[in-house]
Amino acid sequence: MKFRSVFDIIGPVMIGPSSSHTAGAARIGKMARELFGRQPNWAKIHLYGSFAKTYKGHGTDVALVGGLLGFDTYDERIKEALELADQANLNIEFIEEDGSAEHPNTARIHMGDEDGEFELVGISIGGGKAEITELNGFELRLTGRSPAILVMHNDRFGAIASVTNVLANYKINIGHMEVARREEGKDAMMIIETDERIPKDIMEELKTCDHISQVVTISD
Amino acid sequence: MFKNVSELIHLAESQNIPISEVMIRQEVEETDKPREEIVAEMGRNLDIMEKAVEDGLNGVKSRSGLTGGDAVLIKKYMEEQDSLSGNLLLDVVSKAVATNEVNAAMGTICATPTAGSAGCVPGVLFGLKPRLKPTREQMIRFLFTSGAFGQVVANNASISGAAGGCQAEVGSAAGMASAAAVEMAGGSPQQSAEAMAITLKNMLGLVCDPVAGLVEVPCVKRNAMGSSQAIVSADLALAGVTSRIPCDEVIGAMFRIGESMSPALKETAEGGLAATPTGRELAKKVFGPALGSE
Repeated sequence: MKFRSVFDIIGPVMIGPSSSHTAGAARIGKMARELFGRQPNWAKIHLYGSFAKTYKGHGTDVALVGGLLGFDTYDERIKEALELADQANLNIEFIEEDGSAEHPNTARIHMGDEDGEFELVGISIGGGKAEITELNGFELRLTGRSPAILVMHNDRFGAIASVTNVLANYKINIGHMEVARREEGKDAMMIIETDERIPKDIMEELKTCDHISQVVTISD
Repeated sequence: MFKNVSELIHLAESQNIPISEVMIRQEVEETDKPREEIVAEMGRNLDIMEKAVEDGLNGVKSRSGLTGGDAVLIKKYMEEQDSLSGNLLLDVVSKAVATNEVNAAMGTICATPTAGSAGCVPGVLFGLKPRLKPTREQMIRFLFTSGAFGQVVANNASISGAAGGCQAEVGSAAGMASAAAVEMAGGSPQQSAEAMAITLKNMLGLVCDPVAGLVEVPCVKRNAMGSSQAIVSADLALAGVTSRIPCDEVIGAMFRIGESMSPALKETAEGGLAATPTGRELAKKVFGPALGSE
């Protein structure tokens, strides 16, 4: 079941005009920013399918950039996001892709600053819901039926245990989990699917675990 | 968690509770949030919807200039002339149009289930308000009932125009509103399901063909028609009319129709009204030749 909450249907509260092309896009942008951990200096945003065809009309561009600036779906500043990005020294480039993606509303965001780069693929699945399907070239094989979080961490012993211990303490069961790293001892990540949503306070607690840099909900 | 409409109806009937109550209890179970918090959050969504209706009835204009001001025209017509379809229906329609005009103008709305279809649920709710005089609690329940039916469609078919066409958006929204209207008018859970089925059956095959790719033409007027269908279907169901095809099977048919629909007719602005001479002309006026033309 992809849609588990009544507020997926009656919601979100958002700036118009399109839940999939505006609100969903803002959520993809915001997840990208949260996963990167800071505001990037530049972002190349590749748009596929319906996103590529209609992004100007739906405000998909301002919404994605608004998300990169950390705005929520209901933040009125979304309307001026392109100007605000300029002021924040965030350099944006949009690329309309001809090729088709698996999902009609797909965006690939390649972003970075002097300290690092980051790439993700996000899809907007309707009603303002969005999911991350690829991260730094690593395909996330989510079932899509369960809530999922993504944890960015340093590749050290104990990092994984510290996260799973917190979940165990709150009796949250893990249904599926993947661990990946680029290089031994460097950046690594975990994707954890759980049987229930992880409340905000527990997400905050996870961020304080040893060697953890970012914890983000990627599907709820 | 209920997987389909028949499970939803069974949960309501076997416990002798309304569908809204099934939805509230499930949300409590699913999120572990206190009931009061969940109801309060829905109350905030209700307030956003009411504000959007008010703003739209006062008159807004989208940036493209394609939509805006029709809600004002309808309201004025109701006040000054004897309408053909009656003031309740037109009140519903004007409030649905108001919401979508605010959405097109990049105002703040609550997606129900999407932004492009955000007019049907509040249109029906606030249009029925003077007639049924619901309490605030009943109005909040209306939204939970709408959400319950929408959730079934979202999980078994689609609520995305890009994936399923407009039937998935305005179709779902109108169906949700009709089911909730039945409950608010005192009908049974099964009657809500009949209203949902009757509405959806008449929305099957509706394509998503927005001119210039904007959520304006024909979206605003489709919400007008969706909300009026919701009222008529609710009345049919309350009269005891049933759908020969069960609601879950109608939803299944909607999914398969969406799958077989050409991508040109699924929110790409390449077919249907978007591809008419006037549709393309409007697209050029708004964006220059890049969008909506070959």
